[in-house]
Amino acid sequence: GVATSCGCSVQITRSRRNTLFSGIHTCCTFAWTHVNYEIKGDVAVIRISDPNSKVNTLSLQMQKEMTEVMDEVMGNSAIKSVVLISSKPGCFIAGADINMIQACKSTEEVTRLSQEGQKIFEKIEKSPKPIVAAINGSCLGGGLEFAIACQYRVATKSKKTALGTPEVMLGLLPGAGGTQRLPKMIGLPNAFDMMLTGRNIRADKAKKMGLVHQLVDTLGPGLKSPEERTIEYLEEVAIDCARGIVNKKLALTKEMNMMQKIQDHVMSYSFVQNRIYSTVEKKVLKQTKGLYPAPMKIIECVKAGMEQGPDAGYLAESQNFGKLAMTPESKALVGLYHGQVACKKNRFGVPEKEVKTLAILGAGLIGAGIAQVTVEKSINTILKDITEEALNQGQHQVYKGLNDKTKKKSITSFERDSILSNLTGQLDYSGFEKADMVIEAVFEDLAIKHKVLKEVEAVIPPNCVFASNTAALAIKDIAAASKRPEKVVGMHYFSPVDKMQLLEIITTDKTSKDTTASAVALGLKQGKVVIVVGDGPGFYTTRCLAPMLAEAVRVLQEGVDPKKLDSLTTGFGFPVGAATLADELGIDVAAHMAENLGKAFGSRFGGGNLELLKTMVAKGFKGRKSGKGFYIYQSEPKPKDINPELKEIVESYKMMPNPAVSSDSDVQYRLISRFVNEAVLCLQEGILTNPVEGDIGAVFGLGFPPFLGGPFRFVDNFGADKLVEKMKTFEEVFGNQFTPCQLLLDHAKDPSRKFHN
Amino acid sequence: RAEWAWPVKKTLSKTGVKNIVLVDGVRTPFLQSGTTYADLMPHDLARTALQGLLNRTGIPKDAVDYIIYGTVIQEVKTSNVAREAALGAGFSDRIPAHTVTMACISSNQAMTTAVGMIAAGQCDAVVAGGVEFMSDVPIRHSRKMRKTMLSLNKAKTLGARLALLGSIRPAHLAPELPAVAEFSTEETMGHSADRLAAAFGVSRREQDEYALRSHSLAKRAQDEGLLSDVVGFKVPGKDIVSKDNGIRPSSMEQMAKLKPAFVKPHGTVTAANSSYLTDGASAVLIMSEEKALALGYKPKAYLRDFVYVSQDPKDQLLLGPSYATPKVLERSGLKLADIDVFEFHEAFAGQILSNLKAMDSDWFAKTYMGRTSKVGSPPLDKFNLWGGSLSLGHPFGATGCRLVTTVAHRLKKEGGQYGLVAACAAGGQGHAMVIEAYPQ
Repeated sequence: GVATSCGCSVQITRSRRNTLFSGIHTCCTFAWTHVNYEIKGDVAVIRISDPNSKVNTLSLQMQKEMTEVMDEVMGNSAIKSVVLISSKPGCFIAGADINMIQACKSTEEVTRLSQEGQKIFEKIEKSPKPIVAAINGSCLGGGLEFAIACQYRVATKSKKTALGTPEVMLGLLPGAGGTQRLPKMIGLPNAFDMMLTGRNIRADKAKKMGLVHQLVDTLGPGLKSPEERTIEYLEEVAIDCARGIVNKKLALTKEMNMMQKIQDHVMSYSFVQNRIYSTVEKKVLKQTKGLYPAPMKIIECVKAGMEQGPDAGYLAESQNFGKLAMTPESKALVGLYHGQVACKKNRFGVPEKEVKTLAILGAGLIGAGIAQVTVEKSINTILKDITEEALNQGQHQVYKGLNDKTKKKSITSFERDSILSNLTGQLDYSGFEKADMVIEAVFEDLAIKHKVLKEVEAVIPPNCVFASNTAALAIKDIAAASKRPEKVVGMHYFSPVDKMQLLEIITTDKTSKDTTASAVALGLKQGKVVIVVGDGPGFYTTRCLAPMLAEAVRVLQEGVDPKKLDSLTTGFGFPVGAATLADELGIDVAAHMAENLGKAFGSRFGGGNLELLKTMVAKGFKGRKSGKGFYIYQSEPKPKDINPELKEIVESYKMMPNPAVSSDSDVQYRLISRFVNEAVLCLQEGILTNPVEGDIGAVFGLGFPPFLGGPFRFVDNFGADKLVEKMKTFEEVFGNQFTPCQLLLDHAKDPSRKFHN
Repeated sequence: RAEWAWPVKKTLSKTGVKNIVLVDGVRTPFLQSGTTYADLMPHDLARTALQGLLNRTGIPKDAVDYIIYGTVIQEVKTSNVAREAALGAGFSDRIPAHTVTMACISSNQAMTTAVGMIAAGQCDAVVAGGVEFMSDVPIRHSRKMRKTMLSLNKAKTLGARLALLGSIRPAHLAPELPAVAEFSTEETMGHSADRLAAAFGVSRREQDEYALRSHSLAKRAQDEGLLSDVVGFKVPGKDIVSKDNGIRPSSMEQMAKLKPAFVKPHGTVTAANSSYLTDGASAVLIMSEEKALALGYKPKAYLRDFVYVSQDPKDQLLLGPSYATPKVLERSGLKLADIDVFEFHEAFAGQILSNLKAMDSDWFAKTYMGRTSKVGSPPLDKFNLWGGSLSLGHPFGATGCRLVTTVAHRLKKEGGQYGLVAACAAGGQGHAMVIEAYPQ
């Protein structure tokens, strides 16, 4: 054969290549940068790799080159079949290029993009030469749509292999044939599940669902690195499959057991389908409260295809895709996506010393939660408490968190045990001399925090970082007791730590850059989305939450019951209602927080009567943890009832509602505007560095409605002027709690001023 | 010039280290499980090997200081199978015995434990051996059922007993079978072997060819009477067994017809290129050189340096020989080229070929073993020339002694001086030992 010239940059003219190399092992480099192909016998192996990125996306360049390569491959009669593979480890195609969609100015423009994608994939689907998609790593969005247009799919069992249609999370739908092909391939229920939740499907599940035909094991080291050899092996198997299809040794129809056959048959009846549509629609409406347009559009597209045929289906898909891309909801969600990516980077650089040993003080909910997410990353973790009982409970929480993962089969029992071996539970300070960082999660009391800080500083090495997990105490006040305030930082985790994505890091004037870098690096390693904010009472998140909760208490005093309050907040898009949130947080914690911030900020943080919360605490109604709060909690979490004794308490703090500002919508805006105004004030005061972190913090830490994109995006979209106008109405009734801050007023005055461009 | 007169190969004897010798070694015929041995118990096989050793060496039944056996799947009734077998074989009841387990290198561990005891001066003569009986394995009640049954023992009243019996559900009745799978990774060994072969790019054809070679060489060795370690066994109620029964040279065409056994449909490891479930036992007599000579024996070989290694049980499960070989050679001050006889345990053809490739790779040596260069691949004309585990069979606990005895016999037959034994084992472990011919 002719020596291969894989990767060489020599440009060979088309005619010359055809005469020289047709049918011979060779490699083509036709000045293509993203896609190339190699002919192995009668199989063309098309390899994709974006030279400018860690992941492959279906960018315009990628599409253009892919079309050219496909044309050439289809035109070469020596080629009988095709394998499509990525040469990037860990990524097949991660999706379409979001920027490409964002660059579009109109619905029509996006619809055209969708139609072009549909056309490319239609050609793939109708290819006379079988195309085998060889998938290793993420195969998402447009990447999945590409793969399911191919005749056959082989995927590696790698943990990185994930198939999914995450478009819905960006307020979009699978716009390149996904809504049409998926239901046919895996059935309506599975297709809806994938498209409406956007969740990733792992390889083994994908095989069971019929999304891929064959699985390939990942390989260990051989004569090459595991990653490299695994991709080669995948390619070898895929080539065999491609030949097998041509030789008719491999059937393209999926193997089905009797149950699947029966299921498919049942699904073919239109009344069964209609039943599914209506069930799914109801479920979607219940979960989205009608605030998210994408899920309903997805159902609409599937329905159009199933009921009126492919032409109508594809048309509906492209048109709805165009419409969705222009919605504020989609823009907000895309903004959050970008924000999240930004908050997964450490803008403070690489810390001098990596945290290899972390010590945590306090084995309560938060402390144990931090321990869990730390041991999972193979970091030695010391969990210290002062009583054996508390320690036992904390260690059990870590075990339970990991054991639940074992039950869900995301880790084996062996992996659970091996992860747990990183945890040491203890009552003394032994081993602290090796700690690189200490996070205290003890009771929220300055005197106790000072005591702990002094004890710890006596035993830790000089370069060890001391982080305080607090929701409200100012870090500089805690650091006042420190001999080395440059090593003191705040790390505000959210409960439950293993589920909540946000970590709010608080720096004082004295905190060194390296200390911050170290805290951010640990947070990122723990899988957190990290925002870094300035010091002050309540920092950013607690400070936004407190006025909203104060308003919620006032609303209750005005006679709105907790259920109604919850439905007003969830109706606005919060995942958890205000009353439930207070119960989850703990009424004592909420009261403590309100009192502290009330002292710091004065009457602006007033509204509801703090005594109401205090009375509840005095009666033992501390929220979920005590079994009673605004609601009563029995063994079954749902349905929960309102605490019958609450009425009496509320009665004694009763306030007369002013009908001018008490409609459902008014109540919603009273709650939201105080939140948003405080967020903007945080930016104005420099507590926040930028609006992006403000939006991320509010959505991921406090559940601010994701479709609004965060408080800053909300102001941009809603209009600062309109918000100010509403606030002024409320201000007339309630006073300074609704006085818009200067930055908000500035934005209201000049409509061209936006937080996000 | 004195150095010109030196023999090409020096002895590996070290000052201050006792010379330890293999006096002799025997084994029962290795039979595919479920055949003639089917109705026996593990200690019956071990007993037969011990009796064979007694007969072969003529050692007095009280001249042994200690007995050690290796086994993998334990029969719960005879968990210290060494003791039961020793008593049954008629050894003095004053000889202590214990059982060790280290997966497929269990009898290697038995032998090196013996070497250690002798080197430490605690013993002079030790019998080591191994046994595996796959015709019967402990199949347990489910954990739920066991719990119920144990509670039943403690129940005091009839009512309590009936209540417990009444709590038994059909799910309780599902039995628990032992699996040849790693506990840590839950992967079966065959599956891991298939992935290993793929990682090293070992083709199905190469594996089938190697398996065919193993069977052909074993057949020839059997036909030529070279497998002299085998002692006949009169199985109660059945015929005398005198030959291994799993040696079946096939043809490439026949072997190519088999479907992959573990990785489907594209895997390369099949029933024909894997070792099979085997019943069998082995035994060796190990002594200090002085003791052997004092008792009037002509030892067969010196047992020299040995090493145990371990590595990642997931992706390098069966690469023990690659890690152990350079390490043991280094200890002995030898090069691969100095070795005249190689006996490697053949778990799977793919595993052997992968190890050969790993040992021949500078990249692998540098990247994974922290060595400066490769050790090299053993030449096949010195390698497993009388067959191997693929063809002779592989009673997990017994294979190690077979390898060592075979090296001793081959060194004698082929006139070599150094032999090397290497084996992989579940858990990602491995072993190698250097054996030196006893001067003729």
